[in-house]
Amino acid sequence: MPLIAGCSDAHLSFLDPQGPIAAAQRQHFWWVIAITLTVVLPVLVLTPLILWRYRYGGRARYRPQWEFSLRADLAIWGIPLLVFAVLATLTWRSTIALDPYRPLVSDQPPLEVQVVGFDWQWLFLYPEQGIATVDELVIPAGRPVSLRLTSASVMQGFFVPALGSQIDVMNHMVTRLHLEADAPGVFPGRNMQYSGKEFYRQRFVTRALSADAFADFTHQVRAQGRSFTPEVFSLLMAKNTHAALARALDGTETAAITGRARQTDDAGSPADDSTPLRFKHFPSGLFEAIAAHRAPDWSQDTSSLSTTRPLSPDSLLPASSPLSIHPALAAAAPTGATP
Amino acid sequence: MNDSTHWLLGRLDASALPFWDALQHPTTKNVINAVIASGAASMVVLGAIAVVIGLTWTRRWGWLWREWLTSPDHKKIGIMFIALALVMLARAVIEAVLMRLQQAFGLDGGFLTADHFGQLFTTHGTIMVFFMAMPFLTGMINYVMPLQIGTRDLSFPVMNQISLGLTAAGAAVVMISLVLAPFSTGGWTGYPTFTGHAANPGAGVDYWIWAVTLSTLSSTLSGINFAVTIYKRRAPGMSWMRLPLFTWTALCTAILMIFAMPPLTVATALLALDRYLDFHLFTADMGGNMMNYINLFWAFGHPEVYILILPAFGIFSEVFSTFAGKTLYGYKALVIATLAIAVLSFTVWLHHFFTMGQSAHINAVFGIATMLIGIPTGVKIYDWMLTLFRGRIRMSVPMIYASGFLMLFVLGGLTGIVLAVPSVDYQVHNSLFLVAHFHNMLIPGLLFGMLAGTNFWFPKAFGFRLEERWGRRAAYAWIIGFMLAFFPLYALGVLGMPRRTVAFFTPAYLPWTLTALVGATIVLLAMACLVIQLWVSVRDRHLNAMPIGDPWDGRSLEWAVSSPPPEYNFPVIPEVYGRDAFMLEKERGKAYQVPDEFPDIVLPANSPMGVIFAVTGTAMAFGLTWYQWWMVLLAAGITLAAVIARGFCRNTTRTLSGEEVRRTHLTWLAQVRATTPVARSREQSTDNRGLPVPPVEGAIQ
Ligand code: HEM
Ligand SMILES: [Cu+2]
Ligand SMILES: [Cu+2]
Repeated sequence: MPLIAGCSDAHLSFLDPQGPIAAAQRQHFWWVIAITLTVVLPVLVLTPLILWRYRYGGRARYRPQWEFSLRADLAIWGIPLLVFAVLATLTWRSTIALDPYRPLVSDQPPLEVQVVGFDWQWLFLYPEQGIATVDELVIPAGRPVSLRLTSASVMQGFFVPALGSQIDVMNHMVTRLHLEADAPGVFPGRNMQYSGKEFYRQRFVTRALSADAFADFTHQVRAQGRSFTPEVFSLLMAKNTHAALARALDGTETAAITGRARQTDDAGSPADDSTPLRFKHFPSGLFEAIAAHRAPDWSQDTSSLSTTRPLSPDSLLPASSPLSIHPALAAAAPTGATP
Repeated sequence: MNDSTHWLLGRLDASALPFWDALQHPTTKNVINAVIASGAASMVVLGAIAVVIGLTWTRRWGWLWREWLTSPDHKKIGIMFIALALVMLARAVIEAVLMRLQQAFGLDGGFLTADHFGQLFTTHGTIMVFFMAMPFLTGMINYVMPLQIGTRDLSFPVMNQISLGLTAAGAAVVMISLVLAPFSTGGWTGYPTFTGHAANPGAGVDYWIWAVTLSTLSSTLSGINFAVTIYKRRAPGMSWMRLPLFTWTALCTAILMIFAMPPLTVATALLALDRYLDFHLFTADMGGNMMNYINLFWAFGHPEVYILILPAFGIFSEVFSTFAGKTLYGYKALVIATLAIAVLSFTVWLHHFFTMGQSAHINAVFGIATMLIGIPTGVKIYDWMLTLFRGRIRMSVPMIYASGFLMLFVLGGLTGIVLAVPSVDYQVHNSLFLVAHFHNMLIPGLLFGMLAGTNFWFPKAFGFRLEERWGRRAAYAWIIGFMLAFFPLYALGVLGMPRRTVAFFTPAYLPWTLTALVGATIVLLAMACLVIQLWVSVRDRHLNAMPIGDPWDGRSLEWAVSSPPPEYNFPVIPEVYGRDAFMLEKERGKAYQVPDEFPDIVLPANSPMGVIFAVTGTAMAFGLTWYQWWMVLLAAGITLAAVIARGFCRNTTRTLSGEEVRRTHLTWLAQVRATTPVARSREQSTDNRGLPVPPVEGAIQ
């Protein structure tokens, strides 16, 4: 399965929306432009006309002392005011409707995913499923996804344009985001906030699967995924690209641990940006530990999670599993602004 | 902090040389980057050597010292500010073209290393804002405003020198960082924790901190100087509603400088405390919070964009009414709109981080506040169109820039409104859409304004006109180049391409980045046209001389004096009887009259304070960056000693005898009488000696 390569031109933008949020954003985008054009177009049309008609050497009227007209003034204050009023209303409504913190309305419970931004990868933790992926967000289509996000490094911006909003991801803080994909598909995502030299490679794919396929996926990862060992964690913390991480994990290159960034030209090695990195378990409370600057607790991990049976669509986990969130973080999370 | 630094060099060593990395790791890419970086560094070194040799060869050191470096004359300080801005503009444009070149080849790679690209966008942004735009507009206000309000200098001429010294020091630091690298990669915004000691311990961020700190200190002082001058030194009769519009915008900009610059000085100072003394103000741990920095930065940053744009608005107002031969439409509305923009600019800073996770209500309030600024701005645009309406428009070079501004600026306003809607900003934030938007405001707005102003007032400052043909070519190349370079970035942003990315993996971006490269090349041509224009103008300066001083049939007082103006500006302080003071004099036949008497004139004496601050400021910033503490202490000591010594200085003024002033003035007046006035149709010909015949109302001409 190609991970990042190959899907690069598909569903790049919210102008090709693949979820309800992005679709609404496309609509707002065009509305705002249309409304604002009512004051912009006259300038674009009239300026050249005026420049021509009142050119030096032309025959038009010349009134060097003319400096005020009540009717003109009413128009140039009144029309922008009107446009402002319309835009303000639209802004108020759309902003509240599309608040990234607002859960999406759906007859299905949201899938909980925890996101950690590293330099320069994304780690996705699925507390209900007990699995983890790197640079690959796998979600069921048609079901809301509820994300909690933090950064293990500097500030980053989590963004899947085809699905919806971006949100800042900050160290020692938790922000939230809700997304949904209409149908199965593959959507590029990335970090939008400059975070150092390999920032430009810090991409991930979002893979929306049908409910069945999603259940199969989690089952498969729980059975065959890699182990999330302390070594994996220190590799994630040690400023690596996806390819360097994959190579290190596959034993092709241990030097990646040193954190020296890989050059783009040495692409010949077996592991690259599209090597899947999927883990069958992760330390319990890893997300909370990272957000709170605590060392992960390796004594307990999600392989002991009760669901070792294959997941089928009708046996989805309840929204709040015992692992869902640390009480302190749960209180802090909705404001997003508190460490 | 590192204790094992060298007593003399601090942490400076061979690895600061721009080619060091390539010697250690000679990959193809490293070598290419080292060649580029070393080329830039040698330009700096060779440029400095050439200047020194040139001055020595032509024995100009004394002249430079007496006539320029130590001169307290606001006109000379203004010209030096603008010269600095033009040099820095050249560097920043070259960097911009390099970035465009990289992204045009950036599919899966390109030729620049990510680190080099990071330094490029950081220096480009930092220079353009702090060392191109700020000195340009500060120089413009410095030169024009005292002439417009009918005074002889700013209220604090020595402080004015110090402002120039501090900005020059900041610019010098950025230039030195080319030779002893690296510069920061944290962008012009310098957000921690990326710029914190933990993530970026190197010298780059420290260079950035001190360069910006010097610049903000300079601008705060300039703001105070301008505001006090406008409050206290207007000519008799120059009441508020008679101020030329450029002076109004200068006042609003000055007030914004006073209130908006200190937040950034504080922010960078606190960041320095984090980095040098292990404070935890903006770190993630120990109670620090980088969001405080982001708020402080934008408490400066948003008013800053109006600091940048308001003087340009003022220039365009003068240009529109002068070249339409018509009084400004809606003067009062323009003043009210300027004031409204200045006040509102402090209420919208949060729109720079809608995505930081605050509540939707806060986002909505700030989004709506942002749109509110659109109303006064829109009114201004329409007022300018109505100024042209029923005018007699001469398409001179400043008018070309101004017309380009009018039409392009509203497009930038349109995309600004798009960014102000939080639900849409969640999609385009931090993308190239944003980059396109702010360049769309800053290039047609600020830069065209400054270039229009340069073409407009150059004859005032130097006594000859700038050549028209190359000026036109430059203006059209700027307009077309801008459109080609930045309209594609809107598309790229909507396609999800982030800002500050060295390379990309999406083939769909390529056509757009290639088009943008074509645009950047045309911008480079525009720069070349500007250089040629200056060259040709200097060559033909005798043909295009216009000593009388009023080449465009001007309206405000700066046109009432000779070109270049005498150092005391006005032999006798003029009295003002209405708005468009000089136009009124001309209409009533009261221009160019002989004053009854010529009293002695007291002027500020030369002072080396500006030079001292420039040198010690550079030394302090350099020493702090490389941990050379002896240098910091020495420079700080000299600064302190100089300030104290200045307090004991008793000869701070010198007096010009009225007799001398009278002789100069009468000679000029005789020249005025002997000159044939020219009609506006001959404005661009060599006949124009600076004495105009105005267009006639109602007639065809
Ligand atoms: C003359 C033509 C110009 C060109 C071709 C140009 C090009 C660029 C490019 C390629 C970038 C980097 C975009 C990215 O992040 O990927 C950039 C950033 C920037 N430019 Fe310009 N620019 C120009 C003029 C200006 C002017 C006149 C100003 C301000 C007065 C300016 C201010 C900035 C700033 C503040 C940034 C952001 C730097 C950062 O990301 O920290 N630029 N420009
Ligand atoms: Cu935060
Ligand atoms: Cu702003």
